[in-house]
Amino acid sequence: MAEAEESPGDPGTASPRPLFAGLSDITISQDIPVEGEITIPIRSRIREFDSSTLNESVHNTIMRDLKAVGKKFMHVLYPRKSNTLLRDWDLWGPLILCVTLALMLQRDPADSEKDGGPHFAEVFVIVWFGAVTITLNSKLLGGNISFFQSLCVLGYCILPLTVAMLICRLVLLAGPGPVNFMVRLFVVIVMFAWSIVASTAFLADSQPPNRRALAVYPVFLFYFVISWMILTFTPQ
Amino acid sequence: MATTAAPTGGARNGAGPEWGGFEENIQGGGSAVIDMENMDDTSGSSFEDMGELHQRLREEEVDADADTDAAAAEEEDGEFLGMKGFKGQLSRQVADQMWQAGKRQASRGFSLYANIDILRPYFDVEPAQVRSRLLESMIPIKMVNFPQKIAGELYGPLMLVFTLVAILLHGMKTSDTIIREGTLMGTAIGTCFGYWLGVSSFIYFLAYLCNAQITMLQMLALLGYGLFGHCIVLFITYNIHLHALFYLFWLLVGGLSTMRMVAVLVSRTVGPTQRLLLCGTLAALHMLFLLYLHFAYHKVVEGILDTLEGPNIPPIQRVPRDIPAMLPAARLPTTILNATAKAIAVTLQSH
Repeated sequence: MAEAEESPGDPGTASPRPLFAGLSDITISQDIPVEGEITIPIRSRIREFDSSTLNESVHNTIMRDLKAVGKKFMHVLYPRKSNTLLRDWDLWGPLILCVTLALMLQRDPADSEKDGGPHFAEVFVIVWFGAVTITLNSKLLGGNISFFQSLCVLGYCILPLTVAMLICRLVLLAGPGPVNFMVRLFVVIVMFAWSIVASTAFLADSQPPNRRALAVYPVFLFYFVISWMILTFTPQ
Repeated sequence: MATTAAPTGGARNGAGPEWGGFEENIQGGGSAVIDMENMDDTSGSSFEDMGELHQRLREEEVDADADTDAAAAEEEDGEFLGMKGFKGQLSRQVADQMWQAGKRQASRGFSLYANIDILRPYFDVEPAQVRSRLLESMIPIKMVNFPQKIAGELYGPLMLVFTLVAILLHGMKTSDTIIREGTLMGTAIGTCFGYWLGVSSFIYFLAYLCNAQITMLQMLALLGYGLFGHCIVLFITYNIHLHALFYLFWLLVGGLSTMRMVAVLVSRTVGPTQRLLLCGTLAALHMLFLLYLHFAYHKVVEGILDTLEGPNIPPIQRVPRDIPAMLPAARLPTTILNATAKAIAVTLQSH
């Protein structure tokens, strides 16, 4: 009896949510923990998990979170119409990606006069405030998505651009030149398109159908700015 | 184990048959109100009672579990649970009520101040509307006898400002602009948003002085859509580096969008002096902003300084540079301004 009441948020029995009504068809077995919350703000099941996961080893906790992050990375790399990113949102992945990108993009502090590259804080601020702005815009346009779900999706879809950054850095080791630039331009363009397709696949369903273009355009601008920072990066 | 402070549960010993009657009391009520008479019985019976009470109130089950654990622990010790149990449940009830009251107040405050629904009506647009407004912003309307309609929306202007930021960033990068004591992104955002908000406010203030019929929202929308011309001009001229082309576009496209804004303002203002003041200010600021954006963030390479020597050398020597191969150390902003001033002087003299 008590166990039944403690069960993690089984979508079929919670109060009605018009957006995720289809989730009642999906059954979640009792021993897969649900990491994120759906759009209902009231019910908080966090305390239950504290009491049941507090005694496990740190290794278990970290591996569980890392596996969840890794699963979402796979969903971004192969974007299908799925609700995983939205249903179990978490912000670990975006944080890891943002920190990696900012570390790789920052200019060398000793050469701050020569290069117009961004600081670490600048990249960080651009990513997070850009994501917040896009979320507010999509909510104001009448979207059905919650704040953190949108942040989660936008953050995870930076993964292709981070991969592009790694490739660009490797390519730059070969030395500058026009061929070098064309290769990097091609890689960045492909990854930019991938990011946009991935984020549209997740976000499109939450917008009213006739306003999808209005919601996708700022996403396009956001990833364009990040791609531009990656393409024009030159190590000193 | 009789509890003297509990008249109803006095004879209870935690025995089996007593449970049925107690449960009947709870379940027969069927209301969410805690019956205080039942509160003081604790000895060994609190497990299911508290569980049902909390389920009825839809509180968190953690409390029930914590209580059941505590109550189960106390069961072992046994004797005088009466007063402690009573106080325990009472304090729990008070704590629950305080939590509910606090949550209610916090959510009320939050919904009052952090409600983005205040801005929702300004974003109520369709893509077709945005497209038509973008095109209309380049077409000046002749009819100035009655006030022209201005769409009061913020989506289009906001997206245009962000687009201008992106284009500016592109231009700054390709021309290796170096910003000291600041960042490229910060400068771009500050410039564009500063222009949009600052000039809108200033023109709104002038409109107030000149008694023009325009609201702040309409002014923001008007100026925002006027930036569409700027976006086009800068996008083209940051990629095709021809001086004459820039001046042509500046006059043509910039002039069109300025004339549209001027026509709208003229239709909403009475009196020649007021019209002149308001529209002259707006036209000057709008055109000069485009000039500023082009020259301050799009550096001319050293080659143009050579053209100052003789008229035979073609003045167009600009080279797009995406990657700074070798940057001389003296790329200071003052050289930019000097080169700009000289370039303007040269072109003005040569035409």
